[in-house]
Amino acid sequence: MASTAPTNTAAASPAGSDTLVEIRDVHYSIGDRAIFTGLNMSIPRGRITAIMGPSGTGKTTLLRLMTGQIRPDRGQVLFDGADVSNLRTQALFALRRRMGMLFQNGALLTDLDVFENVAFPLREHTRLPESLIRNIVLTKLQAVGLRGAARLMPSELSGGMARRVALARAMATDPDVLIYDEPFTGLDPISMGMIVRLVRQMNYALGITSIVVSHDVEELSILADTSYIIAGGKVAAAGSFVELKDHDSEIVNQFINGLADGPVAFHYPASDYYDQLLSDPDTA
Amino acid sequence: MTVLNEFADGLRGFLRTIGLTTLFFGRVLSQVPRALLRPRLIIDQVHNAGALSLVIIMTCGLFVGAVLGLQGYDLLQRFGSEDALGTAAALALVKELGPVVTALLFAGRAGTALASELGLMRATDQITAMEMMAVDPVRRVVAPRFVGGVIAMPLLTIIFIAIGIFGVQLVGVQQFGVDTASFWSQMRSSVGMDDIREGVIKGCVFGVACSLIAVYEGFNAIPTAEGVGRATTRTVVTSAVLTLILDYMLTALLL
Repeated sequence: MASTAPTNTAAASPAGSDTLVEIRDVHYSIGDRAIFTGLNMSIPRGRITAIMGPSGTGKTTLLRLMTGQIRPDRGQVLFDGADVSNLRTQALFALRRRMGMLFQNGALLTDLDVFENVAFPLREHTRLPESLIRNIVLTKLQAVGLRGAARLMPSELSGGMARRVALARAMATDPDVLIYDEPFTGLDPISMGMIVRLVRQMNYALGITSIVVSHDVEELSILADTSYIIAGGKVAAAGSFVELKDHDSEIVNQFINGLADGPVAFHYPASDYYDQLLSDPDTA
Repeated sequence: MTVLNEFADGLRGFLRTIGLTTLFFGRVLSQVPRALLRPRLIIDQVHNAGALSLVIIMTCGLFVGAVLGLQGYDLLQRFGSEDALGTAAALALVKELGPVVTALLFAGRAGTALASELGLMRATDQITAMEMMAVDPVRRVVAPRFVGGVIAMPLLTIIFIAIGIFGVQLVGVQQFGVDTASFWSQMRSSVGMDDIREGVIKGCVFGVACSLIAVYEGFNAIPTAEGVGRATTRTVVTSAVLTLILDYMLTALLL
């Protein structure tokens, strides 16, 4: 049976050699809407961790908290022991150099070609000779199968190709952790298979930590070592995919099995349907 | 009370925008020295803001000069002073029309391009991606564009004035037969360094104002199609209004 008490998970994994990212009792609201109400989570080092949950539960917000783009109202986000939310800009940027992030749409710089996009972090952060930058970029592009596309502009790439280029760029500086925000959305099965294979290869060949935020249960079941399901502002369940499949929580069951109705209702909250149909249109 | 409340809200919003723009200006200025260390980025932006605006600046300069020639000749001939056409037109172009019209055209061409480019970079996560790569987007993207605009604007102003004077000469000398020697000699003797300095100062100040507004609006655009559209519109409107206000203040100061 999977753990239903994320607090225990967090408490059992203090920041140290086994845990790279730890989230402790994080509260975060946007306006009056509470996104997280006491979130606890531990991301193990060198493993692939999936963060899943229904749309609108705050998966991308969680990534933004982890990377210091936003700060929690309460609680701590620890990256290798350092509290991300308390870091000043310089320290935060130093931390981000250890992270690579793959955005949902790739977020390639549209005025640079594929080669220059991958070379971008190297040119910004290192003083490597041009010949070495060229070799590194070609190596990364070869790894994602796009060495031949080095001189194409982002507008000439398909969605899957753009994401592979973004992956090459994310790993250009050999980060400790690769963060994937919805890497499978909108991809055809072939591109999706390529991305799944690449994520695995990157993780095991380079020994890095991977955090994958997605709601594609099937892909994550192949990919993830550990999975978290977020619902209602907290971790609803955590564990391996096999453990999650046998979970007794209704919301986890609904999410994993893709059921149309359950705790996450099909209908957005509204007044009575018949009353509204029969009421005066001006007041409805 | 509602009207008063709306007025207070509007005033508060206006003051907030001024404060945020000033803070942003300080942030951009602090990154300018580092941006200058990468001249390739600046040259690209001078090309984008300046060279790509040349055709519109030259075309408008020619026709503004031609209209000035027509109106000036019509006015001056009533007093039998057609020979003063060169002086009058040159002073109008150097001190006022050159910097102001160039700034308005700059806001419409280069300013909107800057704002929409930065807005789209925001909307497509390119700015966030830079931040995630530990690259300050103000240093890498905003400062070079700002400096490029500031350099391009006075150059465009000079070109506008030169082409404008050529337009005046075409109408005055070639069409209406104003004496060529009087046209040029009166212009040379009457237009002094102070007048040219006034025009160049205005060009520089308008360059800073229009470039700042464009990069501020673009960088802070709401990351949606509507948000980018609004930022682009605000760039033109704010730049135009601010240019005219600054023009009055500078003229009062420099006269």
